[in-house]
Amino acid sequence: MAHAIECSALTRRFETVTAVDSLSLEVPSGEMFGLLGPNGAGKTTTIKMLITLLEPTSGHATVAGHDIVRDARAVRRSIGYVPQLLSSDGTLTARENLDISGRLYHVPRGERRDRIDESLEFMGLSDVGDRLVRTFSGGMIRRLEIAQAMLHRPAVLFLDEPTVGLDPVARRAVWEHVRRLRERDATTVMLTTHYMEEAAELCERVGIMHLGNLVALGTPADLEAQVGPGATLDAVFTHFTGTGLEDGGSFRDVARTRRTARRLG
Amino acid sequence: MTSLERVAPRAASAEPAAPVRFLLDAWTVAQAELRKLVHDPTEVATRAVQPILWLVVFGQVMAQSRVIATGNLSYMDFLTPGVLAQSALFSAIFFGIAVIWERDLGVLHKYLVSPASRASLVAGKALAGGLRALVQTFVVYVVAVLIGIHLRWEAPALAGAALVVVLGAAGFATFSLIVACLVRTRERFMGIGQILTMPLFFASSAIYPISMMPAWLQVFAHLNPLTYQVDALRALMIQGGPSTYPITLDIGVLALTVVVLVAIAARLYPRLAQ
Repeated sequence: MAHAIECSALTRRFETVTAVDSLSLEVPSGEMFGLLGPNGAGKTTTIKMLITLLEPTSGHATVAGHDIVRDARAVRRSIGYVPQLLSSDGTLTARENLDISGRLYHVPRGERRDRIDESLEFMGLSDVGDRLVRTFSGGMIRRLEIAQAMLHRPAVLFLDEPTVGLDPVARRAVWEHVRRLRERDATTVMLTTHYMEEAAELCERVGIMHLGNLVALGTPADLEAQVGPGATLDAVFTHFTGTGLEDGGSFRDVARTRRTARRLG
Repeated sequence: MTSLERVAPRAASAEPAAPVRFLLDAWTVAQAELRKLVHDPTEVATRAVQPILWLVVFGQVMAQSRVIATGNLSYMDFLTPGVLAQSALFSAIFFGIAVIWERDLGVLHKYLVSPASRASLVAGKALAGGLRALVQTFVVYVVAVLIGIHLRWEAPALAGAALVVVLGAAGFATFSLIVACLVRTRERFMGIGQILTMPLFFASSAIYPISMMPAWLQVFAHLNPLTYQVDALRALMIQGGPSTYPITLDIGVLALTVVVLVAIAARLYPRLAQ
């Protein structure tokens, strides 16, 4: 299959708000793609549709070749997902969290144990595998969550704001692990972020979303060139959306982000 | 593309058949819940206090007053199965708050994007809610021995009592999950949980026989699964304990309740993540 993700006229309305407005997009297999935009731009809604948590109001999409509505279970088998919120269970150990993931995807027992050891090692968590996750730092939790999402070797990995609330050192560590993981498994990655730096650092192509629409699409370098010589991605963003990165977002978004940051911190 | 040459095998191709998968997935979810209890048993420990108070304080006073006619049974023998059912109910009815908490964190999303069916996820939660009540069962039996209740100790009776407690608690835990899916916030849930427990408790034969109730309340009592749970427990726990209905009917009602509630909850559960 040529494209890991295909959306055509994908739309989701909530009562009066159109969160995602006729989005069409193709992400080739193996690409690291970034959806960029302020809070409330429709990034998370887009991802929630692609991972089958939310049905589209209209339009179609396939992930790993499977229709997200008609063949939701096949989609779920093919993807890994790290939510913006905290998805590891703090009241369980890292190893137990990984074990649950492995079992829900029916990774056979023997192989499961090997993969758990291997992924703890890979993520630099071998020493803390039997500690309760609530004693972890934010960066360690993120690494564990990514390990959980990758344990069944999905074709497509979705990361929703993977480094929100992390300090710069932890953020770099997460980037490094995502990069190495993708190199190892040739996974297609779609991530959302509102950090320009993150998109520029990690992504081969970037789509900028604003008010539910894709307003720009290209490599970080392309987009910078479109705006003018020497433009930073921040300038690109302002150019295409007419707002600064820190604007936007409802009270609910802010409350969520802060709560996540607090839980992680 | 050197990276593509090292492509790892994709998700395990061979999956167990759907019914096996259902049971395995439900057990995975239930086991995760039970492991949490092992890591932090304080919640279960605090839940054990309530039945002790009901038996030792309320029960002893009411037994003295002799206002409740309980046939050939002493009031304490009559009350003990009711207290067990009640304490399992009070604990299970707040089970849903943990699900809202999981939604707020994001743990719920991880479960819902997995290939496990919604019904298996909910069934796993229900099973965990049921098995938690075994801790209270143990506490009630210990207290009952200490205060001289005439308990039955035959293995089939004990196993039957355990099954009835687990089924009843699983049903109320699933009911709680449904309420959680409908109200969606912890604040609203706490209020509703308080409102629900007392009618369920009082419109049952837990602390007085149904025959003492006014006719309209008897109608509610007959629709209340707690009535059937208490009815079976009275026969299975107490020497010479009477049951109004055949025990198989009681168990059938409780099992059917669980199945219906799990089916409803499985439909509502994904909405929590939207």
